[in-house]
Amino acid sequence: MSNYSLTRDQKLEIYYWMRLTRTFDDIAVAYWKQGRGVGGMFSERGHEAISVGTGYALAPEDVVAPLHRDLGCYLLRGLTLRRVFSNLLGRATGTNAGRDANMHGSGDMSLNLVGFISHLPQTVPVALGVAMSFVYRNEPRVAMTYIGDGSTSAGLFHETLNMAAVFNAPLVLIVENNQYAYSTPLVQQMKIPDIATRAAGYGIPGNIVEGNDVEAVYAVTKEAVERARAGGGPTLIEAKTMRMMGHAIHDGAEYVPRELLAEWERKNPVILFEQQLLAQGLTDQEELDEIKHRCEIEVTDAIEYAEKAPLPDPATVEQGVYAE
Amino acid sequence: MSQLPNNFGFADPEQIADTTRELTYIAAISEALREEMRRDPNVFVMGEDIGGTFGGAFKVTKGFTDEFGEKRVLNMPMAELGFVGAATGMALMGLRPVIEMQFADFISTAFDSIVQFAATNHYRWGAAVPWVIRAPSDGGLRSGPFHSQNPEAWFVHTPGLKVVAPATPADAKGLLLAAIRDDNPVIYFESKPLYRSEKGYVPPGDYVVPIGQANLARTGNDLSIITYGAQVREALTAAEQLAVEDIDVEVLDLRTLKPLDTEAILTTARKTGKVLIVHSANRLVGVGAEVAAIISDQAFEWLDAPIRRLGGLDTPIPFSPPLEDAYRPNAAKIVQMAKELAAF
Repeated sequence: MSNYSLTRDQKLEIYYWMRLTRTFDDIAVAYWKQGRGVGGMFSERGHEAISVGTGYALAPEDVVAPLHRDLGCYLLRGLTLRRVFSNLLGRATGTNAGRDANMHGSGDMSLNLVGFISHLPQTVPVALGVAMSFVYRNEPRVAMTYIGDGSTSAGLFHETLNMAAVFNAPLVLIVENNQYAYSTPLVQQMKIPDIATRAAGYGIPGNIVEGNDVEAVYAVTKEAVERARAGGGPTLIEAKTMRMMGHAIHDGAEYVPRELLAEWERKNPVILFEQQLLAQGLTDQEELDEIKHRCEIEVTDAIEYAEKAPLPDPATVEQGVYAE
Repeated sequence: MSQLPNNFGFADPEQIADTTRELTYIAAISEALREEMRRDPNVFVMGEDIGGTFGGAFKVTKGFTDEFGEKRVLNMPMAELGFVGAATGMALMGLRPVIEMQFADFISTAFDSIVQFAATNHYRWGAAVPWVIRAPSDGGLRSGPFHSQNPEAWFVHTPGLKVVAPATPADAKGLLLAAIRDDNPVIYFESKPLYRSEKGYVPPGDYVVPIGQANLARTGNDLSIITYGAQVREALTAAEQLAVEDIDVEVLDLRTLKPLDTEAILTTARKTGKVLIVHSANRLVGVGAEVAAIISDQAFEWLDAPIRRLGGLDTPIPFSPPLEDAYRPNAAKIVQMAKELAAF
């Protein structure tokens, strides 16, 4: 992993994105709990190191299909908080102008972002197709997408990884193993301890990484991305973490043992990275506080913007079903 | 131009440019694909068993690997859900995949990739998905419940898709070219019973049959048969027999099932005042139900009789000849129903 070491500036940039993701999440969760939100929302708490560490490993020309707990990755691609929060409130200024809910369908090809659908793991074959388009055109680019532990049980997971291997496609698949698929724990989902071992069944590399350690996540992803770019084919990366809140905002997740959450809270990826940065002597508390403050300002701005933004015109409801 | 090992009646358009040339329905499909792949480097074919020297279950892509290479003739693992999803990803990047579903019956295996991801994508976040699925459909060939189906209604019911069903060799070529060039996901239902038995003039070179335009296959004054796919031929055969009995039948070939050519439907209904709708797919909640609803909504005052529908039965498609014949519409059943309607 030392092949892909990060500079101080890069590490602070990564910290900024993680902190921004967490700040956004804290404020959005409170917003929904106050009953001010529209529809549902998904907390990405606990997933900051995965979404930022993996997203940071991509080059601008690479294409990624993030999911609902990958806010950091969207932001890294250039999706603005204003568009994100607008979409959460169903505004015309949202990423998809209120066509799709919360983070679903948050695609923008000008940012090399593919929007996901609820039928997980449906983004995996689509990302594979993106990767196959790079092979078709001899372009040194990489496609990346994500799934949770639950959707590795679907047949499509197998179909797609098998095809990715057969076509030696430049695809990196991140499994965000956060222990629960809605209310179903891992032990009721599969009989193996490590999802990454399934990669062997397809003849591709499978890596396991501590999903709350952003430097480790970055390093393992970067290695896979550059291998794919060089023609080395697909990689499955299992990042182990914990879903710190319910499946969605309505879900109190009483089925999750509190001790388990407490254990993982001690591994809070944002705090963990702060401690690492301080221990490495790369920053001080004052600078971290300044970054936090900047993130709060940005999130507040996005919310104010979204609250004032227009709702979509119902007269447009039938527009855009077809590309003209 | 080298001769293909087995051309199955395919003509090379560069060798044959006269207006009398006839192609089979399946040769017209193959010609459209080959010509468009020569024209547009973004167009490629993918599907099960389509590559190498085999060229697909029906040989539509026979010789394609030799001409275009393996990169543009992608043999797929047996995983329709996965490879239709992959086609969506390739289409998002500006390629134009033409997917061969080995039989239309197997399209259900890819349902999520079609109706959930591809069909909704442009509406949700504005990125076009320009792929085509070629779906060899229809029966009468003693192929049983899983190689005879007509599942078009599922897709007509799905916002974001277009659905076409050519009935002639010329339309088979022109509609496929239109489908490939369309920026939306298009399901192209080709009729297996027409593959090698239906021959007709096919213009050489580049032309399209616009999606959304029906074709008046026969003009008449006494009643209208509105149909598509392989039942167009059955309807025209029936019309010949009915003419002998002085029943003058108009036949409207829908050609496109989504979007429907409402104007053409209403025009023929208002002209004759009697309408028989025919399709091979089972009648219940079939495309014909929507056509009937459009007519009763917008041409009620012109009707001189109830709208009649003839379709498959509400059963799986049976294998044994007398059972399949009992299941499926054909010219004799159309004649019978048309006579009753004419006498109404």
